[in-house]
Amino acid sequence: MDFIFYMGDVFTPVNFALLLLGTVGGLILGATPGLSPTMAVALLIPFTFQLEPQQGLILLGAAYTSTVAGGAVSAILLKIPGAPANIATTLDGHTMALNGQGAKALQVSFLASAVGGIFGVLLLIFLTPVLAQWALAFGPSHLFWLAILGVTVIGTLDSSSVVKGLLSGCIGLWLATIGFDDIMGAQRFIFHSSLSGGINVIPALIGLFAIPQVITMLTKGRKDSGAEVITVQRHPIGAAFREVFSRLRALSIGTAVGSIIGLIPGVGGQIAGLVAYDQSKKFSSESEKFGKGHPEGVIAAESANNAMVGPSLVPLLTLSIPGSPTAAVLLGGLLIHGIFPGPDLFMNYPAVAWTFIDSMLIGQILMCIFGLFIAGLAAKVARVPHAVMAAIVLALAVFGSYSVQNSMGDVYVMATLGLAMYFLERFGFSAAPLVLGLILGPIAEANFIQGSMIANATVGLGPYFFTGALNWLLIAIVVVSIGYSVWMELRQRRYTTKDDAVAKEESLT
Amino acid sequence: MKKWIAGAAMALTAMSGAAFADGHGDYPERPLLLMVSYGAGGATDFQARIVTMTAGNEDALGMPIAILNRPGAGGRVGWNWFATEAEADGYTLGAYNIPHFIAQSIEGGVEYSTESFEPIANWGADPAVFVVPTDSGFQSMADVVAYATENPGGLTFSGAGLFVGHHIAALQLEQAAGVELAYIPNNAGGAGAMRAVIAGEVLGGVNNLSDAFRAQEAGNVRILGVFDLERNDFLPDVPTMIEQGYDIDNASVNFRGVMVPAGTPQEVIDHLAAIVPTMFENGRVASRMEAGGSPMHIMTRDEVLEMWAARQETLEALLADLDN
Repeated sequence: MDFIFYMGDVFTPVNFALLLLGTVGGLILGATPGLSPTMAVALLIPFTFQLEPQQGLILLGAAYTSTVAGGAVSAILLKIPGAPANIATTLDGHTMALNGQGAKALQVSFLASAVGGIFGVLLLIFLTPVLAQWALAFGPSHLFWLAILGVTVIGTLDSSSVVKGLLSGCIGLWLATIGFDDIMGAQRFIFHSSLSGGINVIPALIGLFAIPQVITMLTKGRKDSGAEVITVQRHPIGAAFREVFSRLRALSIGTAVGSIIGLIPGVGGQIAGLVAYDQSKKFSSESEKFGKGHPEGVIAAESANNAMVGPSLVPLLTLSIPGSPTAAVLLGGLLIHGIFPGPDLFMNYPAVAWTFIDSMLIGQILMCIFGLFIAGLAAKVARVPHAVMAAIVLALAVFGSYSVQNSMGDVYVMATLGLAMYFLERFGFSAAPLVLGLILGPIAEANFIQGSMIANATVGLGPYFFTGALNWLLIAIVVVSIGYSVWMELRQRRYTTKDDAVAKEESLT
Repeated sequence: MKKWIAGAAMALTAMSGAAFADGHGDYPERPLLLMVSYGAGGATDFQARIVTMTAGNEDALGMPIAILNRPGAGGRVGWNWFATEAEADGYTLGAYNIPHFIAQSIEGGVEYSTESFEPIANWGADPAVFVVPTDSGFQSMADVVAYATENPGGLTFSGAGLFVGHHIAALQLEQAAGVELAYIPNNAGGAGAMRAVIAGEVLGGVNNLSDAFRAQEAGNVRILGVFDLERNDFLPDVPTMIEQGYDIDNASVNFRGVMVPAGTPQEVIDHLAAIVPTMFENGRVASRMEAGGSPMHIMTRDEVLEMWAARQETLEALLADLDN
């Protein structure tokens, strides 16, 4: 129970002030499109030069936790995911905001984040040695099958049509091949110098989600100058509590999926939210409500992406291997103070390590309190007139894309993809499967190549990819996932009448 | 109003013109940028931030240096930008990684070579080492080579990618020991390559000395040899490859330092070349670097020029063999 012993250190005046600063700052940074958790933590590292190791880590830990949750704010209100982890939150969250339930969506999202986050940190506290072995279990062949599992999610993510979902997923997979390839260094589809580094996920994310929004707002503004203003329904916090805890299935699926996926090095939180969303949709008795402003969608996605925070630090703290880009930045923050993470970290520097973990636990709670406090205020964003909103979102989109790599090329990529997405949306394609393709492409490809290189040097391709319990487990889940999608599609087709189809077509044009 | 602005603009041009005319006497008169071609938090970025933190001191440049990350494609994106778009006015510096950028320029497809940059000073040298999992049967490089001789192409070992120090070390080992090995480049860099070793996905790996030192301290790996001319202070007990009978020099050592684009005024280069090494020697910098487990190796501009030329030659020969 060492973590309780060091809990007091979190509440010394300086430490607590830093924790507050990290949490509030993290929420603001997280809510800014383009500032991913990795960026936010990297920006804060120079400030920790002047602090004690313990204080520096409290700041970084709090910022990491709350940027992940802060990303939900722009995802819900503006339909711009703050980071890849928040993509799934846009699907139902933004629809809720459009229905005037912005305040409710934000409250639910922060509560779910806190539940997932606390569970994740508790896993980190109690099960670290066990989990460390699990984190090492995933080799190239397993990561390849995991990426394929992600690909099977693509088809069902888009509620309108499996074929269109798969098509936009394929576009995403193709976009992922642009640039120098990860392993061999070959150049692919580089027609312009902006593309030589490949398509970075963050600018792509901003472009694909924000630009169609901006164009739609502008066109609406022209049609009728007194553009309709969404009323924001007030939503008591108590009701949000009841809402979250009455939807235990979504909450537990989100938390479990987030914890497991967060643990796997190299996959991280980028897909935790999407996989959790998809799973809870498949298991839900009200799966038809998903995508139309169902709180369960928000709960699953947000509990998953915060649950991943704690486990994602397991490989770093025990094996000294950063499992995610953010963990790599945190490693830099530890090293600068001469602290080498490893199995004896908790023995050599208990006051630093445990206080860091405790501050993440307290940080989750503070984040939730602040989040609930600002939810009502933030939801008023929906009342801003379209023309003004479009300008603000556009400015944020340009700023966010530029800041990732200080590159104008990323802004061009963002604008081009955004414009293309606007037209694709007119034909019923959606952005989420496309981004998922973009994220999964490199994971699947790099692991397949690595796996086949190892396989060719040792046992051969077949045995390498098709033996072992973990490989077969993943293959089985892939098969079940595809089978379920096909079955759902067939069942739905049977019940879709001509009127439904016509109505769907009309709603798109 | 317009006239006033035009007048001000003219005055400003005249002033800056004057500053350039009298031989950059006031250089630097505003903060400088240091471009790092890897992401924030990586080893190069982390070290660049430490070694530049005293730039603002009066006895150093007197102006702070800000870090600008331009990551992508193993550093190619940043160095392409630095060679073609960065202004050669002395206010944009860049961090170099040897042998990475030289190997990439020999491989082709990039817009830079050693001709595109002017070195200022070197701050660090991180040699490559050969690691195996703690429970591995290999106790020395001789065991590794014996296994590779029995199983040609069957000894799998990881590294951070192609055309980086680890890959160069792998090629040198193949050549020196006369065996065929299976080098598995990892897409997640040195950390990913180390994970593959610890998890037992590969039989061994080439990795950075600083990271391998930490992993050995943590009890996860055993270091069998150093790809350098001399033993390292962090690992006095680990023999070099030469000591173990393999003729391998320091071509794979990852040198990190500061450079400017070619075409930067000579006076600016001289000024930086005189000041920057003293900046690296600052006690605060040294203690931070040591705490982070990052080996320092300070070299002046002349020494770096020599090292670049030598590296160019070795790598051309080594990589020419690869194409055949």
